[in-house]
Amino acid sequence: MSAATDAVPATAPGNRIAQSLRDSLVIARRNLIRMTRIPEMVLFGVIQPVMFVVLFTYVFGGSIKVGSTTDSGVYKDFLMAGIFAQTVTFATAGSAAGIADDMQKGLVDRFRSLPMARGAVLTGRTVADLVQTAITLLVLAIVALIVGWRTGSADPTNAARILTGFALLLLLGYAFTWIGALIGLSVRTPEAATSGGIIWLFPVTFISNAFVDPTQMTPWLRHVAEWNPFSATVQACRELFGNPGVVQSDAWPMQHPVWASLLWSVLIIAVFRTLAVRKYRSAAT
Amino acid sequence: MPGAIYAEGLVKTFGDVRALDGVDLDVPEGTVLGLLGPNGAGKTTAVRCLTTLLRPDSGKAVVAGIDVLRQPNEVRRSIGLSGQFAAVDEYLTGRENLHMVGQLYQMKSKVAKARAAELLDQFHLSDAADRPTKTYSGGMRRRLDLAAALVVSPPVMFMDEPTTGLDPRNRQELWEVIKQLVAGGTTLLLTTQYLEEADHLAHDIAVVDHGRVIARGTSDQLKARTGGERVEVVVHERHHMGTASEVLAGFGKGATTVEQHTRKLTVPVTGGAKLLAEVIRELDARGIEIDDIGLRRPTLDDVFISLTGHAAEVRDEENGSADDAGREQEKETAK
Repeated sequence: MSAATDAVPATAPGNRIAQSLRDSLVIARRNLIRMTRIPEMVLFGVIQPVMFVVLFTYVFGGSIKVGSTTDSGVYKDFLMAGIFAQTVTFATAGSAAGIADDMQKGLVDRFRSLPMARGAVLTGRTVADLVQTAITLLVLAIVALIVGWRTGSADPTNAARILTGFALLLLLGYAFTWIGALIGLSVRTPEAATSGGIIWLFPVTFISNAFVDPTQMTPWLRHVAEWNPFSATVQACRELFGNPGVVQSDAWPMQHPVWASLLWSVLIIAVFRTLAVRKYRSAAT
Repeated sequence: MPGAIYAEGLVKTFGDVRALDGVDLDVPEGTVLGLLGPNGAGKTTAVRCLTTLLRPDSGKAVVAGIDVLRQPNEVRRSIGLSGQFAAVDEYLTGRENLHMVGQLYQMKSKVAKARAAELLDQFHLSDAADRPTKTYSGGMRRRLDLAAALVVSPPVMFMDEPTTGLDPRNRQELWEVIKQLVAGGTTLLLTTQYLEEADHLAHDIAVVDHGRVIARGTSDQLKARTGGERVEVVVHERHHMGTASEVLAGFGKGATTVEQHTRKLTVPVTGGAKLLAEVIRELDARGIEIDDIGLRRPTLDDVFISLTGHAAEVRDEENGSADDAGREQEKETAK
């Protein structure tokens, strides 16, 4: 039978990257189709951060000190970069649950028995999650504008700087979905993946500059917060959006937040992509 | 020359459990091997090793003339795998599923689409082609899963318990599909817990227990070793057992087994239902009242008892390892 050999030309080494891209897109497309078939998942993904925006703005606003003021308007402008960053990291749970589900349903076995690029199942998933994160972030930014968030409220800014801020947020979200991919491959059930994908995000996002000014924390906690990879992106966004509450600190990531954010995200992708792809290759449900 | 599927001394351990304990297989091109055994015997582990999903600890495997351990990706181009889990995306339609699999076999999008339509038609799924597979029945999902394994018409196919969990009608239908496939020249390795299924589909059968092939041969050869059909009678009155034993001895092809406490007599026979009717008439003529009578064909259990001296028990779940026992049990409870 020659059908197989006719249909499947051998892959020259030069075609590897092209094949990897193509396979990743096929899988990304599949995950995006799934999203349109389960719209409630996308909806809940949007509702949660919107709730956070409203709760933090109206409950905490007025009692938390930013710089030297507790003015609720200032807190609002301070808060949004934090909420945006927290929201993009929560995409981790979606990736983890999605991949754990594929493992449990036997789909990962099917994919692993196909002559496709090894990392494509995970790359396709994380790319689809990035699309969902972008949608969520867009809705969130609109809600933030509605409740009164304004760019350039503390320092002047421009469109290029604002877009750079959002690009850093998306990159951070993409990096975190690779952590989610590794979690999804490591647990037994999608339910475990959902909680496993989210619980550790609470300390990561709260021991940071996202919701309060770290200069008001005890010294050791302040150090953790300032070197937290997550804080770098928040700091970078505040700076780029021209919002108040930019932390004055000797810590390198706080002084060069844009570079720090970029470096942290790239590092997370490099480490967790390697670990996740290795895990996938040996995955035995 | 080794066959289309060839394995030599495959060993795979999960912790303390030797899931495969030196498995040798040789399936000539264009034939069907039935891998028969209970849950946890190592069937699924063997399939996973041969389909590149699992790396054996030691041993050699060659599929379609390609070394599985050295060139796994080349092997993947030449095989189709259909598992006991209907592994299709439940939120995608049947058409989308097949299109995706075709593309991942590196077909051009257009070619994959055309092939998907062809397969949907062949597997009588055209009407449901554009519905998410979540809405499919169990049988339809299995057919789609099988279609997905056939996208590139691979020369070698692996099916892991293709009919487990299907009702008799769907099982029959799937058997027909598999027979057509084999008639087209595909080499097939099929795992099953049912002797009847192996009987129906396989040229050769390898019986697996505790990670080893403990017997191989055609279905007739295995049945002969097991002792073929038996008539089983339960008499109403204990004092009739002597007479009943005499009657059965007249029909039997071997010694009659008598169980006093259950008033059950068993005797190996040949001749099927016709003979059974004669036995009943004879017992009746002698005035023996019977509680139960039946013709028993060899079951997997019988094959096992005769081959191993122990019943085909399900092994304990294997420490959450990747072996089939855990997977099968998990699936059972999920259903």
